[in-house]
Amino acid sequence: MKQVAILGVGQTPVRDNWNMGVHQLAVQAGRAALVDADVERPGVIYVGNMTADGLNEQTHLGTKVADHLGLWGVEAMRIEAACGSAGSAMRQGVLAVASGMVDSALVIGVEKMLDTKGKETTAAMSTAADNDYEVVHGISFVALNALVMQRYMHEYGYTRDDFAPFPINAHANGAKNPNALFRKPISKKVYDNARMISDPVSLFDASPVCDGAAAVLLVAADKAPDAVKVAGSAIATDTLAVHDRPDPVWLTAGEKSAAAAYAQAGMTPDDIDLFELHDAFSIMAALSLEACGFAERGRGVRLGQDGSILPSGRIPICSMGGLKARGHPVGATGLYQIVEATLQLRGEADEAQLDGIKTALTQNIGGSGATIAAHILTINS
Amino acid sequence: MQVAQNWRLNQQRYRLMGEECPNCSVKIFPPRDVCPACMAPAKELFALTGVGEVFSYTTVYHPPAGYEFNAPYVVALIKLDEGPVLTAQLTDVEPEDVSIGMPVEAVTRKLRSDGDEGMIVYGYKFRPIM
Repeated sequence: MKQVAILGVGQTPVRDNWNMGVHQLAVQAGRAALVDADVERPGVIYVGNMTADGLNEQTHLGTKVADHLGLWGVEAMRIEAACGSAGSAMRQGVLAVASGMVDSALVIGVEKMLDTKGKETTAAMSTAADNDYEVVHGISFVALNALVMQRYMHEYGYTRDDFAPFPINAHANGAKNPNALFRKPISKKVYDNARMISDPVSLFDASPVCDGAAAVLLVAADKAPDAVKVAGSAIATDTLAVHDRPDPVWLTAGEKSAAAAYAQAGMTPDDIDLFELHDAFSIMAALSLEACGFAERGRGVRLGQDGSILPSGRIPICSMGGLKARGHPVGATGLYQIVEATLQLRGEADEAQLDGIKTALTQNIGGSGATIAAHILTINS
Repeated sequence: MQVAQNWRLNQQRYRLMGEECPNCSVKIFPPRDVCPACMAPAKELFALTGVGEVFSYTTVYHPPAGYEFNAPYVVALIKLDEGPVLTAQLTDVEPEDVSIGMPVEAVTRKLRSDGDEGMIVYGYKFRPIM
């Protein structure tokens, strides 16, 4: 098995990109990654995407993206694992390059969520849950996360107020990222007065619907000794339905995928300098910190309260806005995380740059914790 | 929404028909023919009583398409007395009167309707036990 390196990165700004189709967004990010890597023709193209068929009436997206990149003939396909699509595509790219079957892999994540009406997009997102036993009961993704958050608050004695540091941190960091959807800090008062969507989840506990694409170009590390390395890569799954889990307030797939990635890298949580986690909802930030070993069970919320998650803290999260402020174009998110972590490791994060980042963990969640991808990235000191 | 996709679940939607593991006696809902506890084949039918308690709950103010007719509504995780947990709406109760641990029982109600020409899907909801 070959060690894999990230030679190039690319992204589009996260916006309402109404004048670009889903394939155009993917092409823009993909071409940027190829240019950054100075590679003309990758061995394979994987396109992470959740719902081009549902919202954009386009299947066969991998080949369409290869076509419009001008890469006629290159093997290409779309990878789908709901909001974990891009992390899953990254994993496939790592496997392909590590195996030696291809010299390079272009991995793109893309989502176009704003061409459709809000209710249609909400319904399309719901299809990541169990259609027969969750969706039919009128559940939305916000509601599923609200069920988990309500139970978590009940078991550990928290109130909604205790989750405020997560969106406040994300928005403060997003203000430093020109590609973020929201580039403005929010105050505690704004969080307190936020409109309730599905209690206890308010507008500021939920990530926004948006369009975007992000991409990386992967090669064998021996051909790029100074590039950011993929030291760990793993995916684990859990029951699709939240109600089937013996412990609905614990991310079992997050624990398993992180443990596998730590083992590959020969690391523990103490070795991680930056954690780009999947804060699609405030509760998921807390559960992710616990599952990946940064907090004891039921104490993930405390890392927000004591400042550990801030850029200056022990384990900074969402350094360029996270899903909450950079935005959550669902099938692209896992690669935005990897692009941002790579920029931090290279020292190219500009205004959002953190000091002394040598290792980063990214964690991308599909569904309400049903598919979780973990990647550990490092750079030579 | 497809007719067959809903029709084939009528034993689950109307009678809470699950399964019992012949090896470890765990009750299974929805049916999956393999015991999630011990992985033994489990196809023996077992009808759940529909009595349980609220494990968690939320009020949906912004429903997905097809569910506007009774919004806002309460969705809950229900822990049944026999062990399985399921997702369902609560009915015959105001959102502010719901609490974790509240005893509930299954009733049959309209789940979803797709306009004048579309399907009406019926199934279980839960109401407080008086």
